Amino acid sequence: MTAAVSWLQRVLLHAAAVLLALWVLVPIYFITLAAFSTEEAVYTYPKQLLPREMSTETMRFFLQSEGVIPSLQRSVFVAGLTLVIALVVGVPAGYALARFVFRGADAFRLTVVATRAFPIVILSIPLAVIFLRWGIDDTIYGVAIAHAALAMPFAVLVTSSVFAGISVELEEAAMTLGCSRASAFARIVLPLALPGLAAAAIFVFIISWNEVFAASILTLRERTLPAHILVVLNASPLPFRFAGGFFLLAPSLLVIFVIRKYLFNMWGRVVK
Amino acid sequence: MADVRFEAVRKTFGKITAVDDVDLVVADGEFVVLLGPSGCGKTTLLRCLAGLEKMDSGRVEIGGRDATDLPPRRRRIAMVFQSYAVFPHMKVFDNVAFGLRMQKESKAAISERVDAAASLLHIEELLDRYPSQLSGGQRQRVAVARAIATKADVLLMDEPLSNLDALLRMEMRAELKALLKKIDATTIYVTHDQVEALSMGDRIAVMNSGRIVQVDSPLAVYDRPADTFVGGFIGTPPMNFLAVEVVADSGRPHARLSGGLLPVGSELGRLAGRKLIMGIRAESVLVETEPAEDAIRATVVVVEPLGSHNLLTVRTGDDTLKVSARPDVFPAPGSDIWLRIEPERIRWMDAETGAAVDGAASP
Amino acid sequence: MGAVPHPPPPARRFGRWEGLPYWLILPTVAYLALFFAWPTIQAFALAFSEDGVWTFAAFETMYHDLRFGEALRSTMILIAVVVPVQFVLAVAMALLVNARLRGRGIFLYIFLLPLAISDLAAGIVWASIFTERGYLNTVLEHLGLVDQPVIWLNPQHQGILLGTVIVAEIWRSTALIMIILVAGLQGIPKEFNEAAELFGAGFFQRLRTITLPMLKPSIQVALLLRIILAFEVFATVIAIAGEGTTVLAAEAYRWETTNMDENVAAAYAALILVLSVVSAGIVLRALRTRKEQLLR
Repeated sequence: MTAAVSWLQRVLLHAAAVLLALWVLVPIYFITLAAFSTEEAVYTYPKQLLPREMSTETMRFFLQSEGVIPSLQRSVFVAGLTLVIALVVGVPAGYALARFVFRGADAFRLTVVATRAFPIVILSIPLAVIFLRWGIDDTIYGVAIAHAALAMPFAVLVTSSVFAGISVELEEAAMTLGCSRASAFARIVLPLALPGLAAAAIFVFIISWNEVFAASILTLRERTLPAHILVVLNASPLPFRFAGGFFLLAPSLLVIFVIRKYLFNMWGRVVK
Repeated sequence: MADVRFEAVRKTFGKITAVDDVDLVVADGEFVVLLGPSGCGKTTLLRCLAGLEKMDSGRVEIGGRDATDLPPRRRRIAMVFQSYAVFPHMKVFDNVAFGLRMQKESKAAISERVDAAASLLHIEELLDRYPSQLSGGQRQRVAVARAIATKADVLLMDEPLSNLDALLRMEMRAELKALLKKIDATTIYVTHDQVEALSMGDRIAVMNSGRIVQVDSPLAVYDRPADTFVGGFIGTPPMNFLAVEVVADSGRPHARLSGGLLPVGSELGRLAGRKLIMGIRAESVLVETEPAEDAIRATVVVVEPLGSHNLLTVRTGDDTLKVSARPDVFPAPGSDIWLRIEPERIRWMDAETGAAVDGAASP
Repeated sequence: MGAVPHPPPPARRFGRWEGLPYWLILPTVAYLALFFAWPTIQAFALAFSEDGVWTFAAFETMYHDLRFGEALRSTMILIAVVVPVQFVLAVAMALLVNARLRGRGIFLYIFLLPLAISDLAAGIVWASIFTERGYLNTVLEHLGLVDQPVIWLNPQHQGILLGTVIVAEIWRSTALIMIILVAGLQGIPKEFNEAAELFGAGFFQRLRTITLPMLKPSIQVALLLRIILAFEVFATVIAIAGEGTTVLAAEAYRWETTNMDENVAAAYAALILVLSVVSAGIVLRALRTRKEQLLR
């Protein structure tokens, strides 16, 4: 946009921005209202549009419902495990792509990008069969493995752009001053890459936390939170649904706030 | 400190030969500049010495030890990078101390050496700050301090001044030269700026397309370039090159330019009939406003007043040259002037190869 | 004489170890081969066999299933409506973010929020709005537009159900497109727009002739990603419509879990993959950028 924008134009632009912001915020506001109202209020009509009587009844109902707390714990565990797997496997590859020019680098990068475009659907159905054979069906480990496969391209490409953003001369300087390549990586690159890596880690966590399809297919009794909610959703009363919906999206409010600066870095370079 | 030897060093990147069979000896305590245009291989040669590039063939010796297969950390070198490469997440003190810490020096020794290096570079008050709080010039000093604190055998510098603004660059040039002389460091310095090279080096190795074309003192490279490339690269403005033929006229050898005849030294008699290039610097051409004996007539095209002198672009026959004149000599464009050239100041080169006719200095 | 950036040597290798990069990518390659390539092959094997015998039975079952036509149709309608609408919205958002208005940071945060919201949560959110005793009806009544609650989510009205799913999808995933477009916008030097304006081009003219063409690579990526993700839409439908309407992914889910027939489920999965690839191909073709037009 150019500098010479008139006052009226600025007002219109602001209005448009506000409208779009409301479009995003109002539904979130509503579900929050619903999740923090009394159980009675959930069923009344017309609904309260302003937070008059806030209460934790609905949330408590949700949390105390059978299977919720255990599935919540499982979700956290699965997301954490996914995070570890994706980073342990993906970070070296990201470093290789950023620092080395080698035959097959382009093919590798292309493959990684292509996997992101793969529907999770075609992945999880055979995995259910495979895990059955290996005896890890209906376990959180199976789900974590599937989630890590889903998040891996993201981990590789994002860490690659994080490392690429750190000047290679810093490592070279360290090597001339007495470091081996590994030591230069540990002392110089890692500390500088930490913020970006942390952002990538958080995003991998959220990807796993939100994932519904694979989690639903790969588990029966050991469900994660989204899988559990999905399965019982249409048989559940309204308070459960509202509170569940809020609970599912609450972490994203925090997460986006924390990593918003890194998002453009991630997606910007991933696009190229 | 130690001496450095390059023997038949060769480095290619795929189809590109960056360093083509280079030999060079740098004496203990000497300051040698690798000078050349972009892509000539000077930085690659430096990085081969540092161990940051693996050579295809040849060897490098540092202080008598064969360093060819050693990783950078075992070569006892220190390097200053063009971007300074100062570690952003460490304070200045820790940056300068980094090499010493890697060598597992005692805390006392580290402190002493860091302070010494810091005082040499005048950054004592900056030791507690982070690089992001420093200006470019200050960060450059930190990079140099870090390099000299380790007391390495050889100091390598890759265009350390090119990211500074012009004024700062000039100041740092003098300061750096004095400092390096003081600590008597064997230094190999890469730059594309010929002014830097002339002002700082004990010797200059001029490189072109992966080869060293001439290695000599600054004065020799300036006055007696080995070929047209060196003559055209060194000096501001570059050397003038005129195509001439040596003929005999009234018993003496003369150079026939497109704009006239010029008497030249008698030793040129043996080159009669050969196609030559006459290399002459702008300040070696004397400008007369009146017709003079043994002078060539030329027409003024442009006059650039540079304060200390005027730079005239003149045309004689088919040739265009740049000549210097005193500040008060201000001929109008289109007017005539007369050029006198002292024969001893002429550098003769073969028209086909471009090489100097009376032999180039040995590497 | 300024700093002349000489072209860096092509290979930024660290000397010695020529094999190191291959060791570094090995874990990823192995992992993807094991948990991506292998399952995909298995999926196709499942789709084209039944109890170890090669057969088209699974596909036939899928094709003749009552809900197949509806699933296919709904999926295609979803994509056909969601993608263009989203793009217009995303372009608007991206331009607004790029315009450096006051409060840009807050707007950015808000626009980005849906990025981390799952399709299930989005489905629940919009179900709560459209449900009979929900917020939409409340607002409409307050505005006096209706006297009693409208039953939006009527299982008989597939169109409206699908419409709600479409709204939820647009709401949730526009952020992704926006972010890719913003990253692309930041790559366009503003001198181009400034020059065009000096030559008299108005806002929409500039948008059409400069901004959008230069945004093509980003649009391509975003479009590709969005279409492929659209084929995976699943939990939103269940949350909003329950059994009322269905899409391909939801059918795959049902055949796998409720009907316990992994072959038919795999058939659906294979169909989804094929449709994704074909759509991707169409998009890539349509938006092909001639090499000369790229600035790099």
